[in-house]
Order: sequence, then C-alpha cells, then structure tokens
Amino acid sequence: MRKSLLATIAFTAMTAMTAASGLLSGAAQAADPIKVGAIVSATGPASFLGDPEKKVLELYADRINKAGGVDGRQVQLTVYDDGGAADKAASFTKRLIESDGVDVIVGGTTTAATMAAVPLVERAGVPFISLAGAVVIVEPVKKWVFKTPHTDRMAAEKVMEDMKKRGLTKLALLSEDSGFGKSGREQTLAVAKERGIELVADETYGAKDTDVTAQLTKIKNTASAQAVLVFGLGQGPAVVTKNYRQLGISLPLYQSHGVASKEYIRLAGGAAEGVRLPAAGLVVAAQLPDSDPQKKVVTEFTKVYEDSFNSEVSTFAGHAYDGLMIALDAVKRAGGTDKAKLRDAIEQTKGYVGTGGTVTMSPKDHMGLTLDAFHMVEVKQGDWSLVK
Amino acid sequence: MFAELLQYLLSGLTIGAIYALAGLGFSIIYNASHVINFAQGEFIMIGGMASATLTASGVPLPLAILIGCGGAMLVGVAVAKFAVERARNASTVTLIIITIGASIFLRGVAELVWGKDFKRLDAFSGETPIQVLGASMQPQSLWVVGTAAVLIVAIGLFFNRTLTGKAILATSHNRLAAQLVGIDVKRVVLASFALSAALGAVGGAVVAPITFSYTEMGIMLGLKGFTAAVLGGLGNGPGAVVGGVIVGVAEALGAGYISSAYKDAIAFVIILAVLLFMPNGLFGKRGTERV
Repeated sequence: MRKSLLATIAFTAMTAMTAASGLLSGAAQAADPIKVGAIVSATGPASFLGDPEKKVLELYADRINKAGGVDGRQVQLTVYDDGGAADKAASFTKRLIESDGVDVIVGGTTTAATMAAVPLVERAGVPFISLAGAVVIVEPVKKWVFKTPHTDRMAAEKVMEDMKKRGLTKLALLSEDSGFGKSGREQTLAVAKERGIELVADETYGAKDTDVTAQLTKIKNTASAQAVLVFGLGQGPAVVTKNYRQLGISLPLYQSHGVASKEYIRLAGGAAEGVRLPAAGLVVAAQLPDSDPQKKVVTEFTKVYEDSFNSEVSTFAGHAYDGLMIALDAVKRAGGTDKAKLRDAIEQTKGYVGTGGTVTMSPKDHMGLTLDAFHMVEVKQGDWSLVK
Repeated sequence: MFAELLQYLLSGLTIGAIYALAGLGFSIIYNASHVINFAQGEFIMIGGMASATLTASGVPLPLAILIGCGGAMLVGVAVAKFAVERARNASTVTLIIITIGASIFLRGVAELVWGKDFKRLDAFSGETPIQVLGASMQPQSLWVVGTAAVLIVAIGLFFNRTLTGKAILATSHNRLAAQLVGIDVKRVVLASFALSAALGAVGGAVVAPITFSYTEMGIMLGLKGFTAAVLGGLGNGPGAVVGGVIVGVAEALGAGYISSAYKDAIAFVIILAVLLFMPNGLFGKRGTERV
C-alpha cells in the first residue's frame, strides 16, 4: 500500500514536472524569434544593389523589433554577403537552412545568386523571396520561390506600349552582356514578336565598356530604326547615353528600369535629357497623384530611408523592404512560422501595397505585379518627370 | 561607309591612348625590376577617383590632379618598399603575385575611402562633340590622346637625358653592373614605381570624364594595358604605346564589323597570339635570357 502510494506521488510529481516543462517550452516557443535569413551582394560588382538592400533589411528588422515585433515575436535577421558570386550565394543559403535554421529567406540580389539558391530552398522546403529581376525566377512557377521586383519582361512591355502610343514600330536594341542585359534581351525579343514591333538592330556591349560608339554607329546607320532601347545596369547605360548624344542620334532613347536611380542622371549629365524609362512609383514618389494607393507607402519609405542613411532612396532598397514586409505579413496570417503554412500565406498575399506596386499573388503568379506597377518617366531638367 | 570607318578609328584611338598609358606604366616597372606590376590599374583608379572626388568638393582641377598624382606616387612607393622590396629574393612569379595581392588590397581600401558608387568628373573642355568628316568625337578624347603624347615624349626625354632616367635604363640592362658602377638599385626600383604610379594617375584623371571613375575601373584598364605592353614587347616604351593603339583600334573595328559581343575577347586573342607566335612582342629584344 505504502509502496503504491509512493509510486503514485512519484508519478504525479513526474507528470506535473513534465507538464510544467511542457508549459515552459510552450511559452518559450511563443516568444521564439522569427528567423529571417538574407543573402545579398553587399560588396562586389552588384554592391550598388545589395548594399542598400542590406541596410534596409537591418533598419526595418530593428524598427519592427523596437515596436514590439510581429505577434509579440522578435525578428531575428541573419544577413550574409555573397560578394556578387553565385557559388557563395549557394553555400550561404545552405548555411541559412542547415545551421541557422531560418524560417524564411529574403534575397539573392542578382538573378545568378537567386538561381543558385533555388534548388536548395526547393529541396529543403523553405520559403524564399528573391530581390532579383529576371523573369526566369518565377516562370515557370517554383513552389517555394517568390520575388518582389518587376521583371524585365514587364519593362520591355511597358516600353513597347509607350512606343505604340507614339506610333513607333521599329526598334533597335542595345543590351549589356551581363545576366540582367541578356535576360532583358531575350524578353525584348519575345515581347516584340507578340506586340508586332520589328527589331531592326540587335547589338550588345560589355558591362565595363568605356566607349560604345562603334555599336551606336551601326545603329545610327540602320536607316529603318525609329527608337533605341538600352538594357543594362550601372555605368554602362550612362556611357551609352553620352555616346548617343556625341554621335548626334536623334531617335527617341529608352532605358530599362535598371537605371531608375538618380545616379544615372548624375553620371550621364545633360545627355540624359529626354530619355524615357519604366520606373517604380518609388522613384517619382513626390509626383504621384494623391489618389495613387502607393503614394503614402512610398513617401513614408523615402522619408525613413533618407533620414536614416542620408543618401538617396533606391528602388533596390524598396525591393528588400517589400520582401521583408510580405514575409512578415504572411507570418501574421499563417499564425506562426510553420514553413508550409508560411509558404501558402505568401502565395495568398493579396492587395499588399509596397514600394514596387500593389502585389496580389496566386499559385500561378509568384510576383503579383501588373503592368500598372510601372510608370513611364522622362528625364527633364535633371529630374524624373511622369509621362502622362 | 568612310564616315563609319573613321568613327571606328577615332573610337579606337581614344581607347587605345588610354591603354597605351597603362601599358607604358607596366614597361617602366618591368625595366627597373623585371616585375609585372598588376597594381598598375589601381594607380589609374587612384588618379581617377582622387580627381573626381576632389573637384566635386571644390578643389580646382589641376590641383586635384596633382594631389591624385602625389597620392598615387606615395602608394606606389609604399607598394615597392613594403611589398616588393621585402621579397626581393623571391622568384619573379612570386613578386607578380604580390602585386596582384597589392591591387586587391588597394581596391578594398579605395572602397572604404571613396565608397562603391560611380563618380563623375566633368569633361575638361565641354561636351560639344567635334565633327570630323561625318564622324564625331568628344573633346575629352583629344585631351586623352594629347596627354598620352606629351607624357610619352616626356618619359622618352627623361630616360635619355637625365641621370636618374639613365640609371633606370642601366639597371634594366644589367642589374649587377649597374650596382657596381654605383647606382643605388633599390632607389631605382622605388623611383620607377613612383614614376609609373604618377603616369597611371594622370591617365586616370584624363580618362575619368569618359569612363566615369569607380574603385574597380582599374581591373580592365590594367589588363588591357598589360596586353598593350606585351604586344609592344615588354619593357619597350614606344612599343607599349603602339601596342595600346593597336589593341584599341582592333577592338573598335571588331565591335563595328564583326560583333560587339566579342569586343573584349579581341584583346585577349591578341595576347594569346603574341605569346604563341612572337613572345618578344613587336619591338622586343630577341631572347637575352640571363642564366
């Protein structure tokens, strides 16, 4: 009898302890941080994209934590710098998944870095929101992969839409031999076919070229060309713009969304006057009509960014902001960080107004932006101006 | 048709003059120390960045170029003194690898000092294109070609008319003999690094309005300059200049008539062909390998 009493007491005590520890661990789980991993190219050739991305992720993770986190959980951000190398991006993705055990990954500054990470996240089943441009990231749709920036295909479509409005049908293309430029070229060729635009010249230039007059001379001598589209990033398009004016070519010049930063206008100087390009609302925040749903978001983001870093806001910073916000919004709706539920919640993102536009995703569309997200802008007196 | 060809030639000449300046820097250091200095591109970068950032903060252009030059010379001497000289007894290959290390180090420091974005330097005399028989060029191109020509003549005079120049030449011909007649070989090496750094920096400043300046601008310019130097025969000053112009014009013609996709490849095909078929370059001395 005594023996069984003892046993009962021991059993009860044990159960109580287990329950208590279970309770404790339950409590700990509720306060567990949301682990957000990020891979960006903060150094290296794509640093002008990756550096602002990194800064924005850190800034907003910090701001959200100070404001009490998401559902009472703090955001724990782990950022790795791939230096612009795709193989490094792959090994950092591995590290994020395996040793850091992150719930969601934001990043892949460049298309190359993103595509290196894709097979790893697909295999491990971790939601991944890319910050890179090319359409191949979300087409065909990959279960765990999403992206925030506009695609090069949209840029090509927007440019050709504008050409049609001006009654131009013959386009000369000059694209950069970088990943961005190559993908842009392919998309331009495809869209041109769909939209009945004839491509009369198809030239390329090197990302680090200091002179492209040779290519432009060829275009200049293509009598049938009615407009020129340049697809590139960084200083290349500025060199092209200067050479374009030097040769006195008078055709309308279009650039891609890759140069939608003030740096382009500063580098190209007066030569940039009259250049048109598709850009996100963020670039023309001050000029958007008050009725535009993006107006409030982009004005506020611009203010926070410029006050914090004392430098001009870039669309790339906006992509990172959108990525982080979409991920955290999904955590709220999924009610936690279960990876499968989180993925579904990201896919169900609906009407999220970000710096890139209004995002409504679906199982068929892992980017969720429409052509309305782009505004056609023209450089006038050293500043962007909306083309009505 | 003719206008097109002329345009390619003018483009090639501008670019070629830049390569020539870089190539000349390689030759000077090679002469004095038999080291191929792969940090030569970084001297160009220092000149370009310094003049762009200093003028942006209100320093007059000539002064900015002088400061850039001085800075590059100090860096050049430091590279020679602390990296190359210390490994004096190492093989040439080791020394070359040391200069590659120095170039990576300099790019990193430059990124910390100046940041990662592109800097703009206004063209020295406006941007109204000059029309020549249907082709056009930027006025800055004339500055580049002119500066290259003046520097090349100055360097020629320096080597043939001054004692220091002759000492460098003597060292290049026979290091031991030079030492025996009382030439301080160590100082000659330092002087040659300072000289080619200054040359690179001036080059960087005059090309900056065309190329923009950024911390990685030296990589490609350095490689193309090296191609120019090899093509002209390593250690041969005028050879490097001719080599630079040939590479520049070949690139422009290739981009114009063949395909712009192969533009960079052309320079490297040239270097391969030279190494395979005439290892001494166009004007190099026939094999005087010392044992």
